[in-house]
Amino acid sequence: MRVVGKGIAKIDGLSIATGKPAYTEDLAAANALVIKILRSPHAFAKIKTIDTAEAKKLAGVVCILTHKDVPKVRFTLAGQSYPEPSPYDRLILDELVRYVGDEVAIIAAVNEKIALQARDLIKVEYEVLEPVLDFETATEHPSMVHPEDDLFCNFDTGLIKEKNIASSQKVEYGNVEEAFEQCAVVVEETYYTQAQAHAMMETYRAYSYLDPAGRLVVVSSTQIPFHVRRQLARALQIPASRIRVIKPRIGGGFGGKQTTVAEIFPALVTLKTGKPAKIIYDRRETFTCSSCRHAMRIKVRLGADADGTIRAIDIDALSDTGAYGEHASTVVSLVGEKTLPLYNKTKALRFVAHAVYTNKMNAGALRGFGATQGTFAVESTVNKLAEALKMDPSEIRLQNLIKAGETCLPYEGKLLGSSSLHRCIQRGKELIGWQEKYPGKDLGNKVRAVGMAVTMQGSGIAGIDTASAEIRLQDDGNYTLLIGSTDLGTGSDTILAQMAAEVLETPLENIAVYAADTDVSPYDPGSYASSTTYVTGMAVVKAAEDLRQQILQRGAKFLESIPEEVEFDGKIITTLDGTKNIGLEKLAYLSVLGAGKCQLVGHGTHGSNVSPPPFIAGFAEVEVDKETGQVNLVDYVAMVDCGTVVNPNLARIQVEGGVVQGIGLALYEDVRYDQKGNLLTNSFMQYKIPCRKDIGNITVGFEESFEPTGPFGAKSIGEVVINTPAPAIAHAVYNAVGVRITKLPITPEKVYMGMYK
Amino acid sequence: MQIETILNNQRVTLEIVPDEMLADTLRRYGLLSVRQGCDTSCCGLCTVWIDGKPTLSCSTLAYRVSGKRVTTIEGVQGEAEEFAQMLVAEGAEQCGFCSPGFILTVLAMKHELKNPTEEQIIHYLTGNLCRCTGYMGQLRAIKKYLGVE
Ligand code: FES
Ligand code: FES
Repeated sequence: MRVVGKGIAKIDGLSIATGKPAYTEDLAAANALVIKILRSPHAFAKIKTIDTAEAKKLAGVVCILTHKDVPKVRFTLAGQSYPEPSPYDRLILDELVRYVGDEVAIIAAVNEKIALQARDLIKVEYEVLEPVLDFETATEHPSMVHPEDDLFCNFDTGLIKEKNIASSQKVEYGNVEEAFEQCAVVVEETYYTQAQAHAMMETYRAYSYLDPAGRLVVVSSTQIPFHVRRQLARALQIPASRIRVIKPRIGGGFGGKQTTVAEIFPALVTLKTGKPAKIIYDRRETFTCSSCRHAMRIKVRLGADADGTIRAIDIDALSDTGAYGEHASTVVSLVGEKTLPLYNKTKALRFVAHAVYTNKMNAGALRGFGATQGTFAVESTVNKLAEALKMDPSEIRLQNLIKAGETCLPYEGKLLGSSSLHRCIQRGKELIGWQEKYPGKDLGNKVRAVGMAVTMQGSGIAGIDTASAEIRLQDDGNYTLLIGSTDLGTGSDTILAQMAAEVLETPLENIAVYAADTDVSPYDPGSYASSTTYVTGMAVVKAAEDLRQQILQRGAKFLESIPEEVEFDGKIITTLDGTKNIGLEKLAYLSVLGAGKCQLVGHGTHGSNVSPPPFIAGFAEVEVDKETGQVNLVDYVAMVDCGTVVNPNLARIQVEGGVVQGIGLALYEDVRYDQKGNLLTNSFMQYKIPCRKDIGNITVGFEESFEPTGPFGAKSIGEVVINTPAPAIAHAVYNAVGVRITKLPITPEKVYMGMYK
Repeated sequence: MQIETILNNQRVTLEIVPDEMLADTLRRYGLLSVRQGCDTSCCGLCTVWIDGKPTLSCSTLAYRVSGKRVTTIEGVQGEAEEFAQMLVAEGAEQCGFCSPGFILTVLAMKHELKNPTEEQIIHYLTGNLCRCTGYMGQLRAIKKYLGVE
């Protein structure tokens, strides 16, 4: 291959790195109205009265909207294909406010200062209600977070509003209790994984205006432009044909921008006033009023034969979805879906899960999407099992893990298409020095030790998400690739162009990429669920192949031959006998010149009925200070199977970035509330994401496999990378000082208390 | 009120409000490379140079640059591009939102430190957060740039 597999620099890399205007705020008109939101100071309250009269009198205030001014149709902000499995539990502004920070009024003014002044002048009287703050007792709480009659879900996801349950599910294969009875060893543990903030550097923002035809244009930093358009149409009660959503460059997303957060407010203001409007969330708002990872309690029971063959797994998960149910059912389902297929010698499996409403900021999609939480719980339990059996934890995995060509209970006979996970484990052990270092070494007041975990994710949403791509042959022989996916910075625009360039045998420079404008791009569900390389990638390959066929046909016609008798080398179409040829450039301009012509456009649409998992084996080496409980991560090795590596440089950064986010989850990050439901971690002072000094050394390696259903054999990589650090580091800490951390993050305090309790 | 400064090597008069932060002034004057990632001077995204020293423009009153030299990445495009090439070759700019502030800090470090060790590099850049890249690729690019591999 010429272009696929090469570490090509990102096509927009230089321009974004050197600060060219490319992001939402850079594009907003200088005269746009500035929007600020008045937010609830109470975790749960009913608005009795709102008085905006004083605020409206302020010069420069253009409009103030309250729950009386907005459509009364419930919707969800989850970025999912329609019909969404998330409950329709929101109004743009509701009489009931459900968390500290929930929206009460929208203020639009000519500048920020006036908007803020006006916000202070609005008087609201609340009837304060008893909030549901503890997710473990939410089902018995007398308060109902969503008492409304029009609460609605497109599917039966087990929503029981009286018990604050947003979703309940259960899957079982075989007879679990019987399988456990036959096991020689059974281990069990309950884990808590905390809420995590996305903390992308560009906060939420959107900008809107009316185009000359009176259509609403929304420019937004979003991962899901097409879903945003659909949600806006429903929430604002206008036809989708009147809305255009444009996604410029976006400053990070990590799933946060898979939930629509800010777009509705400027859109509504523009509709009401006819004027351009923008909203820029500050960091505190982003922490307080967007979404976070679902905090969970996960109970795992694992049973094995005396030789280490894992026979039964039982998982019980409880997920805190917060005030609204975005991604409630889907995130918690991945706790089981992405852990149970890993160990395939099992006779019985059970997965029971509930997601509950509480009066805290809603949870949503975040890189790893439930698999992260599940991996921490299940992998920690596998490590515990290895200890109970006195086995090397890497050996127990090599013995039990699914291989390519095998099946497992949840796959119901379907075979795994590709995996190099066994090789990843072998190589990872070499790189970390497992043989010499396992389990650990006492250095006096410090101990060094190693730990490990493996994980899988998926590639796209099987049977649901379908993406399209188009490639145009332009008049001068170059190409324009039109896609609807969002490059979060990962380089997906570049990777997709690489695929098109490969098929069309053309240099990358010859392909211009235009991404994500709902008026121009073909439909794409958006960039989430690790789908862009795999799903949109396949659509691009199909589009390129389609165009290639058309070039052959059109070329053959010009050469008075038939398509079977000509060939195309990327530049010239030649008859097989070599007698006649026509250059692509000439073919291109002849295709758009004169009467009866037709420009060549290749189309591709792709959805997959499987979601092939990428795999990782992660190894951590830590140094624990026995006097303070401080854990220093010395070295982290991630060995990755993402199928064919389309761009090694970009893939490597994806792994390093994801691992660091996983290290954050393992050691530092924690979304915390006080007893009244106020978010305590509302700035980078309280919410600690890793900085350069916190991460030690990270080594990344790839063991390529070939995924038969993927473009050029590729699978996904974006999410799987975040899953292993927490269980691997927890394992290393246990091997160092014998403290089993079951509640993330692993703080010095917990380690210390564990050592000396 | 008005202040005089040398902005990207040009003497200019800026119209400001007394409580305005420099980051806002600069963006208002079209220097859109200046980004903000926090409200608490924690992230380093808004870094510009004041008299050659990397400074957080989100927490510097615009008034204070009166009579000083202010440099944004627009003012050092050549030097910035030279390093950016290496950063991009590593793939170590992802969303790129943190890059201008980060690059300005790297360039300032190059001017300030002679043959820095890896530890010194990491220390100098600790205040520049990046949520995407995991920092390792940035470090590789810096080492190449400084020729200290
Ligand atoms: S914006 Fe974060 S330090 Fe200035
Ligand atoms: S590249 Fe996205 S924050 Fe650094």
